Amino acid sequence: MTFAAKSLAALALSALLAPAPPLGAAEIWVTNEKDDTISVIDIATLEVVRTIATGERPRGITFSKDFSRVYVCASDSDTVQVLDAATGEILHDLPSGEDPEQFVLHPNDRHLYIANEDDAVTTVVDTETRKVVAQINVGIEPEGMAVSPDGRIAITTSETTNMAHWIDTQTQQLFANTLVDARPRHAEFTAGGSALWVSSEIGGTITVFDTATQAETGKITFDVKGVHPDRVQPVGFAFTNDEQTAFVALGPSNHVAVVNAETLEVEDYILVGRRVWHMAFSPDKSLLFTTNGVSGDVTVIDTARRQALKSIKVGRFPWGAALRP
Amino acid sequence: MRFLITLLMALCPAAFAAAAGLEVPVIYLKQQEQQPPTLSNLDPPPADLGETGARLGLADNRTTGSFLGHSYSLETVAVPPGGDFAAAARAALARSALLILDAPKPALLAAAALPEAQEALLFNTASPDTGLRSGDCRRNLLHTLPSDLMRSDALMQFALSKRWTGLALITGKNPQDQAFAGALRQSAAKFGLEIAAERTWDYGADMRRNAAQEVPLMSQGLGRHDLLLVADELQDFARYLPYNTWLPRPVAGSEGLVPAAWAPVVEQWGAAQLQSRFQELAGRKMLARDYAAWAAVRSIGEAVTRTGSSDAGVLRRYLLSDAFELAGFKGRPLSYRSWNGQLRQPIPLATPRALAAQAPLPGFLHQHSELDTLGLDAPESRCGAFQ
Repeated sequence: MTFAAKSLAALALSALLAPAPPLGAAEIWVTNEKDDTISVIDIATLEVVRTIATGERPRGITFSKDFSRVYVCASDSDTVQVLDAATGEILHDLPSGEDPEQFVLHPNDRHLYIANEDDAVTTVVDTETRKVVAQINVGIEPEGMAVSPDGRIAITTSETTNMAHWIDTQTQQLFANTLVDARPRHAEFTAGGSALWVSSEIGGTITVFDTATQAETGKITFDVKGVHPDRVQPVGFAFTNDEQTAFVALGPSNHVAVVNAETLEVEDYILVGRRVWHMAFSPDKSLLFTTNGVSGDVTVIDTARRQALKSIKVGRFPWGAALRP
Repeated sequence: MRFLITLLMALCPAAFAAAAGLEVPVIYLKQQEQQPPTLSNLDPPPADLGETGARLGLADNRTTGSFLGHSYSLETVAVPPGGDFAAAARAALARSALLILDAPKPALLAAAALPEAQEALLFNTASPDTGLRSGDCRRNLLHTLPSDLMRSDALMQFALSKRWTGLALITGKNPQDQAFAGALRQSAAKFGLEIAAERTWDYGADMRRNAAQEVPLMSQGLGRHDLLLVADELQDFARYLPYNTWLPRPVAGSEGLVPAAWAPVVEQWGAAQLQSRFQELAGRKMLARDYAAWAAVRSIGEAVTRTGSSDAGVLRRYLLSDAFELAGFKGRPLSYRSWNGQLRQPIPLATPRALAAQAPLPGFLHQHSELDTLGLDAPESRCGAFQ
């Protein structure tokens, strides 16, 4: 508590000492699934400074590589919206296929790989021509999306089919389908791209694959004291800069796990808000912001001390989070 | 288990190659029944109740199968009212050892007793009879529909958490009503609630005209209570109770707040996707027996996916093992109770417009799984066939 107060004071102080121009301040953008809005959190003050209207049921959110534009999956509007990141103005919609839930922007800054949850399809959209490049049949309820750092492989996980589908981005064809535990939700490549992690919400695990062979090389399990294993449900996760550590949202167990990425052992559990979904780091990764769907807030975690600092009230059912540095 | 499969694949690639191209035929066997008349014809049970849930499960399985070389099929066989269900089951078993049975208890027992069924895997998706999960259980018969007692336990947990400890009960005359009323009494006793007054519904009047006159008089005699329970499983009269009772009391059971395996208002935990897939396929809302049939077909699919086998014995062993878990859109993995073959599952408590709560409710604890606070736990079940 003392530490929290201190670090808040420090943050406030640094904000005072170095009054960044308002538009240049780093922000966390949070989509509010049941409010049709984005809450913008100022990282310096840890307060919501803007609320931006979106289409219906905004979920996945990601910025263009130069952070001038933000893409938002407006699931119930069946579109991906493109917003001006400076003004929050909706510029145009992209054809996304039905019910876009989550997506990933290819390193070429051009192709969005979109999971169409209601349609068992992954749609590839060119953000420049605003045309659909390809549609790939995948399993039922596609959700988790990832792309390898070299851009050669895209991944879709399907929640009811329980697979990671491996897409060759040259041909836009599947080249492998690997089983994981029940209800895979999120996928991420490690920064070097040698491994792929896939979280399984109902299975309660993260499966680690070797990218080159698509073979399973490890599995992470969780055990939160005082919480029944059924309620420990890994969803979103993110790696620290050195890739030594991963932070894993554990859904209705209301905890974030801190995982040693080498040994795949859990080192800590941090209590956050209710049904924690996704997360985004501050620019130096010293702070982590988690969206807590049921409690309607965002928890700020000090990643070095592995402690929650503050809860920030946002809209109803916050889902996705993205950094605008 | 995954490791084991990987190991098996490594050790005997030939066996795995044989598994690719696997055929998984499932037969949905339905006993058609003559339904007794009800006071209102507002919402008769859909003709495809259950069956379309199985078809949705088939579609889900086929998608997974398409990536693994497993090919699923579903054939529906309907036995007319009064028809020979056992004979139809025998004929079906000649074509597949995986049967979904949409039939009442006597028909289920007749099918399970067939010599041809002994090594088969049968799923009960229609009978909530608690005895089938106890003394009348069968080794080859699993249950995806919750028992009456699971539903009544869910409701009593809710009543207790609200401190609605005084209860009254109105029961219809059909055997299904009587069975559900029996479960309500048993659950009330289990959770320390009292059903202080009971009535049997045997009024001949047409309630569409007379509810306002009849129900206050009848419920006046029930004395003080917090919650009015109603057991009217064929949906005959209970719809006329809410707002017409002598005291202003909520109604629960077969009407009002209903505990069920599934309801159209369930939307959390990805359920909205299942609901919309069902709506698209059926052109109507998904109901409890649709869910039970879906869960049975998906259980088969999940077991085939994980074992690479379509053998009923292999699948049964996997389904009853700790490794099996079904993502059932109710927020927790579903699994089968090893003592009686019942699918362990949360029970939504739904009104027509919203989910009020989902059992097990917070605070009802269990040494292994909170889901086992609903229905017959291992020490309570008299089922010996699964030992």
